Amino acid sequence: MKTVLVNIVTPDGPVYDSEVSMVIAKTTSGEIGVLAGHIPMVAPLAIGAVKLKKEDGSTDIVAVSGGFIEVRPEKISILAPSAEIAENIDVQRAKEAVKRAEGRLQGKQDNIDFKRADLALKRALNRINVHEGNI
Amino acid sequence: MVNLREIKGRINSTKSTKQITKAMQMVSSSKLRRAEQNAKAYVPYMEKIQDVVGAIASGTKDSGHPMLTARPVKKTAYLVIGSDRGLAGAYNSSILRQVQRTIDERHKSKDEYVILAVGRVVRDYFVKRDHNVVSDVVGLPDQPTFADIKEIARNAVGMFIDGTYDELYMYYNHFVSAIANEVTEKKLLPLTDLAPASSNASYEFEPSGEAILEVLLPQYAESLVYGALLDGKASEHASRMTAMKNATDNASDLISDLSLQYNRARQAAITQEITEIVGGAAALE
Repeated sequence: MKTVLVNIVTPDGPVYDSEVSMVIAKTTSGEIGVLAGHIPMVAPLAIGAVKLKKEDGSTDIVAVSGGFIEVRPEKISILAPSAEIAENIDVQRAKEAVKRAEGRLQGKQDNIDFKRADLALKRALNRINVHEGNI
Repeated sequence: MVNLREIKGRINSTKSTKQITKAMQMVSSSKLRRAEQNAKAYVPYMEKIQDVVGAIASGTKDSGHPMLTARPVKKTAYLVIGSDRGLAGAYNSSILRQVQRTIDERHKSKDEYVILAVGRVVRDYFVKRDHNVVSDVVGLPDQPTFADIKEIARNAVGMFIDGTYDELYMYYNHFVSAIANEVTEKKLLPLTDLAPASSNASYEFEPSGEAILEVLLPQYAESLVYGALLDGKASEHASRMTAMKNATDNASDLISDLSLQYNRARQAAITQEITEIVGGAAALE
Protein backbone atom coordinates (compact mmCIF):
# COMPACT_ATOMS: atom_id res chain seq x y z
CA MET A 1 0.00 0.00 0.00
CA LYS A 2 1.22 3.49 -0.80
CA THR A 3 2.34 5.58 2.13
CA VAL A 4 2.38 9.29 2.80
CA LEU A 5 4.52 11.41 5.10
CA VAL A 6 2.67 12.78 8.12
CA ASN A 7 3.90 15.67 10.27
CA ILE A 8 2.23 16.76 13.47
CA VAL A 9 3.59 20.13 14.55
CA THR A 10 2.86 22.25 17.61
CA PRO A 11 4.31 25.62 18.66
CA ASP A 12 6.49 23.73 21.16
CA GLY A 13 8.06 21.66 18.40
CA PRO A 14 7.32 18.71 16.13
CA VAL A 15 5.47 15.84 17.79
CA TYR A 16 5.19 13.19 15.10
CA ASP A 17 6.94 12.55 11.82
CA SER A 18 6.51 9.26 9.99
CA GLU A 19 5.35 7.47 6.84
CA VAL A 20 1.83 6.11 7.25
CA SER A 21 -0.69 4.49 4.96
CA MET A 22 -3.83 6.09 6.37
CA VAL A 23 -4.78 9.00 8.59
CA ILE A 24 -8.10 9.16 10.41
CA ALA A 25 -8.89 12.50 12.00
CA LYS A 26 -11.90 14.12 13.56
CA THR A 27 -12.74 17.39 11.84
CA THR A 28 -15.36 19.85 13.00
CA SER A 29 -17.71 18.45 10.36
CA GLY A 30 -17.10 14.77 11.03
CA GLU A 31 -14.48 12.05 10.80
CA ILE A 32 -12.34 11.80 7.71
CA GLY A 33 -9.93 9.16 6.49
CA VAL A 34 -7.11 10.25 4.22
CA LEU A 35 -4.97 7.98 2.05
CA ALA A 36 -1.85 8.76 0.07
CA GLY A 37 -2.47 10.80 -3.07
CA HIS A 38 -5.46 12.71 -1.69
CA ILE A 39 -6.23 16.02 -3.42
CA PRO A 40 -5.05 19.14 -1.53
CA MET A 41 -7.43 19.88 1.29
CA VAL A 42 -7.61 21.91 4.49
CA ALA A 43 -10.00 21.21 7.35
CA PRO A 44 -10.24 22.43 10.95
CA LEU A 45 -9.97 19.71 13.58
CA ALA A 46 -12.10 19.08 16.63
CA ILE A 47 -10.60 18.07 19.96
CA GLY A 48 -10.02 14.38 19.50
CA ALA A 49 -7.73 11.58 18.45
CA VAL A 50 -5.81 11.24 15.24
CA LYS A 51 -5.25 7.62 14.22
CA LEU A 52 -2.26 6.91 12.04
CA LYS A 53 -2.29 3.45 10.41
CA LYS A 54 1.15 2.29 9.49
CA GLU A 55 2.17 -0.02 6.70
CA ASP A 56 2.99 -2.90 9.06
CA GLY A 57 -0.55 -2.82 10.44
CA SER A 58 0.21 -1.06 13.72
CA THR A 59 -1.60 2.14 14.65
CA ASP A 60 -0.25 5.25 16.35
CA ILE A 61 -2.69 7.42 18.20
CA VAL A 62 -2.14 11.11 18.88
CA ALA A 63 -4.36 13.36 20.97
CA VAL A 64 -4.81 16.81 19.42
CA SER A 65 -6.60 19.82 20.86
CA GLY A 66 -7.99 21.53 17.80
CA GLY A 67 -5.95 23.07 15.05
CA PHE A 68 -6.26 21.96 11.45
CA ILE A 69 -5.10 19.38 8.94
CA GLU A 70 -3.48 20.25 5.64
CA VAL A 71 -3.44 17.52 3.05
CA ARG A 72 -1.25 17.45 -0.02
CA PRO A 73 -0.79 14.46 -2.31
CA GLU A 74 2.69 13.72 -0.98
CA LYS A 75 2.49 15.13 2.53
CA ILE A 76 -0.01 15.61 5.35
CA SER A 77 0.55 18.23 8.04
CA ILE A 78 -1.41 18.63 11.21
CA LEU A 79 -0.96 21.91 13.09
CA ALA A 80 -2.38 22.00 16.58
CA PRO A 81 -1.96 24.23 19.65
CA SER A 82 -1.00 21.05 21.52
CA ALA A 83 -0.66 17.37 20.64
CA GLU A 84 0.66 14.29 22.41
CA ILE A 85 1.40 10.75 21.33
CA ALA A 86 -0.68 8.31 23.40
CA GLU A 87 2.28 6.87 25.34
CA ASN A 88 3.56 10.31 26.33
CA ILE A 89 0.37 11.60 27.88
CA ASP A 90 0.54 12.66 31.50
CA VAL A 91 -2.65 10.97 32.71
CA GLN A 92 -2.29 12.20 36.27
CA ARG A 93 -2.29 15.79 35.05
CA ALA A 94 -5.23 15.17 32.75
CA LYS A 95 -7.24 13.65 35.61
CA GLU A 96 -6.55 16.67 37.78
CA ALA A 97 -7.62 18.91 34.90
CA VAL A 98 -10.87 16.96 34.63
CA LYS A 99 -11.59 17.49 38.33
CA ARG A 100 -10.77 21.19 38.10
CA ALA A 101 -12.93 21.70 35.04
CA GLU A 102 -15.84 19.75 36.50
CA GLY A 103 -15.67 21.85 39.64
CA ARG A 104 -15.78 24.99 37.60
CA LEU A 105 -18.66 23.78 35.46
CA GLN A 106 -20.77 23.10 38.54
CA GLY A 107 -19.82 26.45 40.05
CA LYS A 108 -21.02 29.32 37.94
CA GLN A 109 -22.73 29.65 34.61
CA ASP A 110 -20.76 32.71 33.56
CA ASN A 111 -20.62 32.52 29.78
CA ILE A 112 -16.94 32.76 28.88
CA ASP A 113 -15.62 30.88 31.89
CA PHE A 114 -18.19 28.18 31.30
CA LYS A 115 -17.11 27.73 27.71
CA ARG A 116 -13.47 27.69 28.68
CA ALA A 117 -13.98 25.10 31.40
CA ASP A 118 -16.02 23.02 28.98
CA LEU A 119 -13.18 23.06 26.45
CA ALA A 120 -10.63 22.25 29.15
CA LEU A 121 -12.77 19.29 30.22
CA LYS A 122 -13.01 18.04 26.64
CA ARG A 123 -9.26 18.30 26.15
CA ALA A 124 -8.51 16.46 29.37
CA LEU A 125 -11.03 13.70 28.69
CA ASN A 126 -9.64 13.33 25.19
CA ARG A 127 -6.15 12.87 26.60
CA ILE A 128 -7.32 10.21 29.04
CA ASN A 129 -9.32 8.38 26.39
CA VAL A 130 -6.43 8.40 23.95
CA HIS A 131 -4.04 7.18 26.59
CA GLU A 132 -6.31 4.33 27.60
CA GLY A 133 -6.99 3.50 24.00
CA ASN A 134 -10.80 3.63 24.13
CA ILE A 135 -11.66 5.69 21.10
CA MET B 1 47.22 51.40 58.55
CA VAL B 2 43.50 52.29 58.19
CA ASN B 3 44.03 52.99 54.53
CA LEU B 4 45.38 49.51 53.87
CA ARG B 5 42.50 47.78 55.58
CA GLU B 6 40.02 49.94 53.70
CA ILE B 7 41.45 48.94 50.34
CA LYS B 8 41.53 45.29 51.37
CA GLY B 9 37.85 45.50 52.25
CA ARG B 10 36.97 47.02 48.91
CA ILE B 11 38.91 44.33 47.06
CA ASN B 12 37.06 41.62 48.92
CA SER B 13 33.63 43.09 48.32
CA THR B 14 34.38 43.59 44.63
CA LYS B 15 35.52 39.99 44.45
CA SER B 16 32.24 38.69 45.84
CA THR B 17 30.29 40.93 43.47
CA LYS B 18 32.31 39.53 40.63
CA GLN B 19 31.50 36.00 41.70
CA ILE B 20 27.79 36.79 41.62
CA THR B 21 27.84 38.49 38.23
CA LYS B 22 29.94 35.67 36.87
CA ALA B 23 27.40 33.12 38.09
CA MET B 24 24.52 35.14 36.63
CA GLN B 25 26.36 35.32 33.33
CA MET B 26 26.72 31.55 33.21
CA VAL B 27 23.07 31.00 34.15
CA SER B 28 21.98 33.36 31.40
CA SER B 29 24.16 31.73 28.81
CA SER B 30 22.67 28.31 29.51
CA LYS B 31 19.18 29.83 29.44
CA LEU B 32 20.04 31.48 26.15
CA ARG B 33 20.97 28.13 24.69
CA ARG B 34 17.61 26.70 25.75
CA ALA B 35 15.76 29.73 24.41
CA GLU B 36 17.48 29.37 21.07
CA GLN B 37 16.43 25.72 20.94
CA ASN B 38 12.84 26.69 21.70
CA ALA B 39 12.88 29.28 18.97
CA LYS B 40 14.26 26.71 16.56
CA ALA B 41 11.63 24.11 17.51
CA TYR B 42 8.99 26.68 16.74
CA VAL B 43 10.16 27.50 13.21
CA PRO B 44 8.48 24.55 11.40
CA TYR B 45 5.10 25.40 12.94
CA MET B 46 5.41 29.04 11.96
CA GLU B 47 6.46 28.30 8.40
CA LYS B 48 3.65 25.82 7.94
CA ILE B 49 0.93 28.05 9.30
CA GLN B 50 2.18 31.00 7.27
CA ASP B 51 2.08 28.86 4.16
CA VAL B 52 -1.46 27.65 4.73
CA VAL B 53 -2.84 31.02 5.80
CA GLY B 54 -1.27 32.62 2.73
CA ALA B 55 -2.75 29.96 0.45
CA ILE B 56 -6.22 30.24 1.90
CA ALA B 57 -6.32 34.00 2.20
CA SER B 58 -5.19 34.47 -1.39
CA GLY B 59 -7.60 31.74 -2.54
CA THR B 60 -10.66 33.28 -0.93
CA LYS B 61 -10.52 36.92 -1.91
CA ASP B 62 -12.71 39.42 -0.10
CA SER B 63 -13.69 36.98 2.54
CA GLY B 64 -14.69 39.93 4.70
CA HIS B 65 -13.28 38.27 7.76
CA PRO B 66 -12.92 40.92 10.48
CA MET B 67 -9.27 40.09 11.10
CA LEU B 68 -8.38 40.72 7.47
CA THR B 69 -10.27 43.96 7.03
CA ALA B 70 -8.67 47.31 7.75
CA ARG B 71 -11.12 49.73 9.33
CA PRO B 72 -10.82 53.43 10.16
CA VAL B 73 -8.50 53.67 13.12
CA LYS B 74 -9.99 55.22 16.20
CA LYS B 75 -7.90 53.41 18.71
CA THR B 76 -4.51 51.74 18.46
CA ALA B 77 -3.14 49.03 20.69
CA TYR B 78 0.49 48.37 21.45
CA LEU B 79 1.58 44.96 22.64
CA VAL B 80 4.93 45.50 24.32
CA ILE B 81 7.05 42.48 25.20
CA GLY B 82 9.67 43.06 27.88
CA SER B 83 11.01 41.21 30.87
CA ASP B 84 10.04 40.74 34.51
CA ARG B 85 13.44 41.46 35.96
CA GLY B 86 16.11 44.03 35.32
CA LEU B 87 19.87 43.55 35.22
CA ALA B 88 19.63 42.96 31.51
CA GLY B 89 21.42 46.03 30.23
CA ALA B 90 19.40 48.18 27.87
CA TYR B 91 16.94 45.38 27.08
CA ASN B 92 13.87 47.01 28.58
CA SER B 93 14.86 50.65 28.34
CA SER B 94 15.53 50.54 24.61
CA ILE B 95 12.15 49.01 23.89
CA LEU B 96 10.30 51.38 26.23
CA ARG B 97 12.05 54.39 24.74
CA GLN B 98 11.06 53.31 21.25
CA VAL B 99 7.41 52.75 22.19
CA GLN B 100 7.22 56.04 24.07
CA ARG B 101 8.66 57.92 21.10
CA THR B 102 6.20 56.28 18.70
CA ILE B 103 3.29 57.09 20.96
CA ASP B 104 4.39 60.70 21.32
CA GLU B 105 4.63 61.01 17.56
CA ARG B 106 1.37 59.37 16.63
CA HIS B 107 -1.05 60.32 19.35
CA LYS B 108 -2.22 63.51 20.97
CA SER B 109 -4.31 62.18 23.81
CA LYS B 110 -4.22 59.12 25.99
CA ASP B 111 -7.65 58.03 24.74
CA GLU B 112 -6.25 57.15 21.34
CA TYR B 113 -4.32 54.09 22.37
CA VAL B 114 -4.12 51.23 24.83
CA ILE B 115 -1.20 49.16 26.04
CA LEU B 116 -0.93 45.40 26.44
CA ALA B 117 2.08 44.67 28.59
CA VAL B 118 4.14 41.51 28.85
CA GLY B 119 6.67 41.68 31.68
CA ARG B 120 6.67 43.45 35.01
CA VAL B 121 9.08 46.21 34.00
CA VAL B 122 6.92 47.14 31.02
CA ARG B 123 3.71 47.11 33.00
CA ASP B 124 5.14 49.22 35.82
CA TYR B 125 6.52 51.74 33.36
CA PHE B 126 3.19 52.36 31.64
CA VAL B 127 1.06 52.17 34.77
CA LYS B 128 3.27 54.73 36.48
CA ARG B 129 2.85 57.11 33.55
CA ASP B 130 -0.93 56.70 33.59
CA HIS B 131 -1.21 55.02 30.24
CA ASN B 132 -4.21 52.85 29.63
CA VAL B 133 -2.94 49.32 30.28
CA VAL B 134 -5.81 46.97 29.37
CA SER B 135 -4.09 43.64 29.77
CA ASP B 136 -0.85 42.41 31.26
CA VAL B 137 1.09 39.21 31.84
CA VAL B 138 3.82 38.96 34.44
CA GLY B 139 5.77 36.05 35.82
CA LEU B 140 6.28 34.17 32.58
CA PRO B 141 8.77 31.31 32.94
CA ASP B 142 12.14 31.58 31.24
CA GLN B 143 11.17 28.92 28.75
CA PRO B 144 7.54 29.77 28.05
CA THR B 145 5.24 27.23 26.45
CA PHE B 146 2.38 28.05 24.13
CA ALA B 147 -0.10 27.54 26.95
CA ASP B 148 1.54 30.32 28.99
CA ILE B 149 0.80 33.06 26.51
CA LYS B 150 -2.45 31.72 25.10
CA GLU B 151 -4.39 33.96 27.44
CA ILE B 152 -2.87 37.26 26.34
CA ALA B 153 -2.78 36.25 22.70
CA ARG B 154 -6.47 35.38 22.80
CA ASN B 155 -7.24 38.59 24.64
CA ALA B 156 -5.33 40.63 22.09
CA VAL B 157 -7.17 39.05 19.19
CA GLY B 158 -10.53 39.12 20.98
CA MET B 159 -10.35 42.82 21.75
CA PHE B 160 -9.56 43.57 18.12
CA ILE B 161 -12.57 41.58 16.95
CA ASP B 162 -15.00 43.14 19.39
CA GLY B 163 -13.79 46.61 18.38
CA THR B 164 -11.93 47.73 21.49
CA TYR B 165 -9.19 48.85 19.12
CA ASP B 166 -8.77 48.96 15.36
CA GLU B 167 -5.14 48.07 14.91
CA LEU B 168 -2.55 46.23 16.93
CA TYR B 169 1.18 46.74 16.89
CA MET B 170 3.66 44.46 18.56
CA TYR B 171 7.01 45.58 19.98
CA TYR B 172 9.76 43.20 20.96
CA ASN B 173 13.50 42.79 20.86
CA HIS B 174 14.52 40.72 17.88
CA PHE B 175 17.41 38.38 18.61
CA VAL B 176 20.18 39.06 16.10
CA SER B 177 23.14 37.44 17.82
CA ALA B 178 24.36 36.85 21.36
CA ILE B 179 25.66 40.41 21.53
CA ALA B 180 23.12 42.26 19.42
CA ASN B 181 19.38 42.68 19.33
CA GLU B 182 17.11 45.26 17.79
CA VAL B 183 13.75 46.68 18.73
CA THR B 184 11.22 45.50 16.18
CA GLU B 185 7.80 46.86 15.39
CA LYS B 186 5.33 44.53 13.76
CA LYS B 187 1.79 45.24 12.70
CA LEU B 188 -0.17 42.28 13.94
CA LEU B 189 -3.76 43.16 13.19
CA PRO B 190 -5.48 43.58 10.82
CA LEU B 191 -3.59 40.96 8.85
CA THR B 192 -3.18 42.99 5.68
CA ASP B 193 0.22 41.92 4.45
CA LEU B 194 -0.18 38.18 4.16
CA ALA B 195 2.49 36.66 1.99
CA PRO B 196 1.00 34.76 -0.93
CA ALA B 197 1.59 31.04 -0.79
CA SER B 198 4.83 29.78 -2.24
CA SER B 199 3.42 26.37 -3.07
CA ASN B 200 0.45 27.78 -4.99
CA ALA B 201 -1.60 24.68 -4.28
CA SER B 202 -5.32 25.11 -4.64
CA TYR B 203 -7.04 23.51 -1.70
CA GLU B 204 -10.37 21.90 -1.15
CA PHE B 205 -11.93 23.41 1.92
CA GLU B 206 -13.86 21.27 4.31
CA PRO B 207 -16.47 22.62 5.11
CA SER B 208 -15.68 26.06 3.56
CA GLY B 209 -12.92 28.62 3.21
CA GLU B 210 -14.65 31.04 5.55
CA ALA B 211 -15.14 28.42 8.24
CA ILE B 212 -11.46 27.57 8.09
CA LEU B 213 -10.35 31.19 8.27
CA GLU B 214 -12.53 31.47 11.34
CA VAL B 215 -10.37 28.83 13.06
CA LEU B 216 -7.10 29.55 11.37
CA LEU B 217 -6.69 33.32 11.70
CA PRO B 218 -6.91 33.53 15.49
CA GLN B 219 -4.51 30.61 15.69
CA TYR B 220 -2.19 32.39 13.28
CA ALA B 221 -2.26 35.65 15.21
CA GLU B 222 -1.66 33.79 18.47
CA SER B 223 1.29 32.02 16.96
CA LEU B 224 2.76 35.34 15.78
CA VAL B 225 2.60 36.60 19.35
CA TYR B 226 4.22 33.41 20.59
CA GLY B 227 6.98 33.71 18.01
CA ALA B 228 7.70 37.26 19.11
CA LEU B 229 7.77 36.15 22.73
CA LEU B 230 10.30 33.39 22.04
CA ASP B 231 12.40 35.86 20.09
CA GLY B 232 12.14 38.37 22.94
CA LYS B 233 13.10 35.77 25.54
CA ALA B 234 16.18 34.79 23.57
CA SER B 235 17.31 38.40 23.35
CA GLU B 236 16.50 38.93 27.03
CA HIS B 237 18.86 36.14 28.04
CA ALA B 238 21.44 37.34 25.53
CA SER B 239 21.43 40.90 26.79
CA ARG B 240 21.47 39.76 30.40
CA MET B 241 24.46 37.60 29.58
CA THR B 242 26.25 40.53 27.94
CA ALA B 243 25.40 42.89 30.77
CA MET B 244 26.72 40.44 33.35
CA LYS B 245 29.83 39.81 31.29
CA ASN B 246 30.52 43.55 31.25
CA ALA B 247 29.93 43.73 34.99
CA THR B 248 32.37 40.86 35.56
CA ASP B 249 34.99 42.52 33.35
CA ASN B 250 34.54 45.82 35.17
CA ALA B 251 34.94 44.08 38.49
CA SER B 252 38.19 42.49 37.29
CA ASP B 253 39.53 45.88 36.21
CA LEU B 254 38.54 47.40 39.51
CA ILE B 255 40.22 44.61 41.44
CA SER B 256 43.49 45.00 39.56
CA ASP B 257 43.45 48.79 40.12
CA LEU B 258 42.75 48.29 43.80
CA SER B 259 45.47 45.64 44.13
CA LEU B 260 47.96 48.08 42.68
CA GLN B 261 46.86 50.73 45.14
CA TYR B 262 47.01 48.21 47.97
CA ASN B 263 50.55 47.14 47.13
CA ARG B 264 51.70 50.72 46.84
CA ALA B 265 50.22 51.57 50.19
CA ARG B 266 51.75 48.47 51.74
CA GLN B 267 55.16 49.35 50.37
CA ALA B 268 54.84 52.93 51.56
CA ALA B 269 53.94 51.68 55.02
CA ILE B 270 56.97 49.37 55.14
CA THR B 271 59.29 52.09 53.93
CA GLN B 272 57.94 54.39 56.56
CA GLU B 273 58.44 51.79 59.27
CA ILE B 274 62.05 51.23 58.24
CA THR B 275 62.70 54.96 58.19
CA GLU B 276 61.24 55.20 61.67
CA ILE B 277 63.40 52.34 62.97
CA VAL B 278 66.53 53.73 61.36
CA GLY B 279 65.67 57.18 62.67
CA GLY B 280 65.07 55.76 66.17
CA ALA B 281 68.37 53.83 66.12
CA ALA B 282 70.24 56.94 64.94
CA ALA B 283 68.72 58.96 67.77
CA LEU B 284 69.99 56.42 70.35
CA GLU B 285 73.63 56.62 69.24
